[in-house]
Amino acid sequence: MLMLLLFIFVLAAFLGFELIQKVPSQLHTPLMSGSNAISGITIVGAIIASGATDPDGKMGVILGFIALVLATINVVGGYMVTDRMLAMFHSKKDNK
Amino acid sequence: MEPYINFAYIIASILFIYGIKMLGSASTARRGNQISSLGMLIAVVAVLLTKGLAFEWIIAGLALGSIIGAFTAKRVQMTGMPELVALFNGFGGLASLLVGWAEFAAHTDNSDMGVEKGAAVVVTILIGGITFTGSLIAYLKLSGKMGGNAINFSGQKAVNALIALAIVALGVVFVTTHSAWALYALIGLSLLLGILAVIPIGGGDMPVVIAILNSFSGLAASAAGFVIFNNVLIVAGCLVGASGLILSIIMCKAMNRTLGNVLFGSFGAATGKSGKVVEGEMKAATVEDAYYVLEAAQSVVFVPGYGMAVAQAQHAVKELAQILENNGAEVRFAIHPVAGRMPGHMNVLLAEADVPYEQLAEMDDINPIINTVDVAIVIGANDVVNPAAVEDESSPIYGMPIIKVYEARTVFALKRGQGAGFSGLVNTLFFRENTRMIYGDAKETITNLVAQFKD
Repeated sequence: MLMLLLFIFVLAAFLGFELIQKVPSQLHTPLMSGSNAISGITIVGAIIASGATDPDGKMGVILGFIALVLATINVVGGYMVTDRMLAMFHSKKDNK
Repeated sequence: MEPYINFAYIIASILFIYGIKMLGSASTARRGNQISSLGMLIAVVAVLLTKGLAFEWIIAGLALGSIIGAFTAKRVQMTGMPELVALFNGFGGLASLLVGWAEFAAHTDNSDMGVEKGAAVVVTILIGGITFTGSLIAYLKLSGKMGGNAINFSGQKAVNALIALAIVALGVVFVTTHSAWALYALIGLSLLLGILAVIPIGGGDMPVVIAILNSFSGLAASAAGFVIFNNVLIVAGCLVGASGLILSIIMCKAMNRTLGNVLFGSFGAATGKSGKVVEGEMKAATVEDAYYVLEAAQSVVFVPGYGMAVAQAQHAVKELAQILENNGAEVRFAIHPVAGRMPGHMNVLLAEADVPYEQLAEMDDINPIINTVDVAIVIGANDVVNPAAVEDESSPIYGMPIIKVYEARTVFALKRGQGAGFSGLVNTLFFRENTRMIYGDAKETITNLVAQFKD
């Protein structure tokens, strides 16, 4: 199992490097805030943790809940602010 | 349900990859971001289908986070973007740390945890913790709630090294014994390390720091994926980790420094260089003087820097650019890769002010033709236009690529006062024969210029 996960990790790393290499500098900020929103994927783990029903795992649920709030802020805020930024990027042609 | 959930994760991963790819080009970027958000939605819906979940806390958490996130995203000003990204970054890091911790706390007996999973918990907490407090410090520095200068104390490196060693030792203890106190100590030290790592880094190096922390927030999510054996966390987190790392390397190249030098060597102190003493004097000009020169100019280049963001001058600058263009001049904006406090900071501000991106030029495009430019207007930029980087081998910024505004016929430098830039260096540009200083608030100066044109 671990080897498989590591395998996936390494492939994703290479893919990430390939994808970003040629981004023009004017898009660096939206790229950062957009990829920042993607790092909020930890929301998936937070949902699992905060939805646990094991009566002994109260502490896990509390931690999961805090994680869920933070990750959701990261995801929702990140995507919305990136969209707001990108809506402003347009060329002269679009104006007319 | 299990196979369907995993299938949905694959779809989500594909959408993230496509989304990031489309973010790389101006014409598709907005759609790319939307596609990536669709991927996130699919991943969230899929995980909600997991069997045996209790929904009260989930719904409450999603609702609360969405409200706060949406509210913040709507309200933030474009000039506040760097600190907002830093803050969101920190939240992501802390969330990953908590996911790792929760996995441990959810079981009263962790003896079956295994080495792999234990190690994954340690890594998640370490990276997540550094990301959280590091981003918090970056946020405080960027928003001006804390001084932007580098904070150094003697023995800093030794302290950091000791903490790092302690973390490794505690990590081994935790993996072998699964003891709770080792975990708590790890959390505390990781948080401390994040603070200590970022306080010695000065304001001008912030673009690199934010990019690194961005990378870390992705890696933390990826590590959390190893804790809970979840593919989509590993893939999405790793994509972000890789992209953040590339951005930081690009930023470092733009400053002619290595990553290690930015992170571990305090600026100037590491090289022991201070630069030559500058002779001559700065020549001031009034707004009126500038008006007459600009009136006759055929080509004008604006070089914005962090000062433009501080003065919120982007709209006034756009208005002046429009007037100059109507007056028959060719107007361009030359943007240095590390101008401002985060990668691409200036582009966002100019886009907000509705400057068409055809007018934006990167450093490498503008330098070959800058000697044909009549007037270069430097708005709150400093080190990125300092000729010492080209001419003075004893200068600490020697070798850093700059926008060579000094080759333009006339340079107007808009500046608040006579002080040095973030690096504490004297800018030899200001002492040049063809440079005129216009002191005062950048926004006010530009607004006055606009008024002159209108009369």
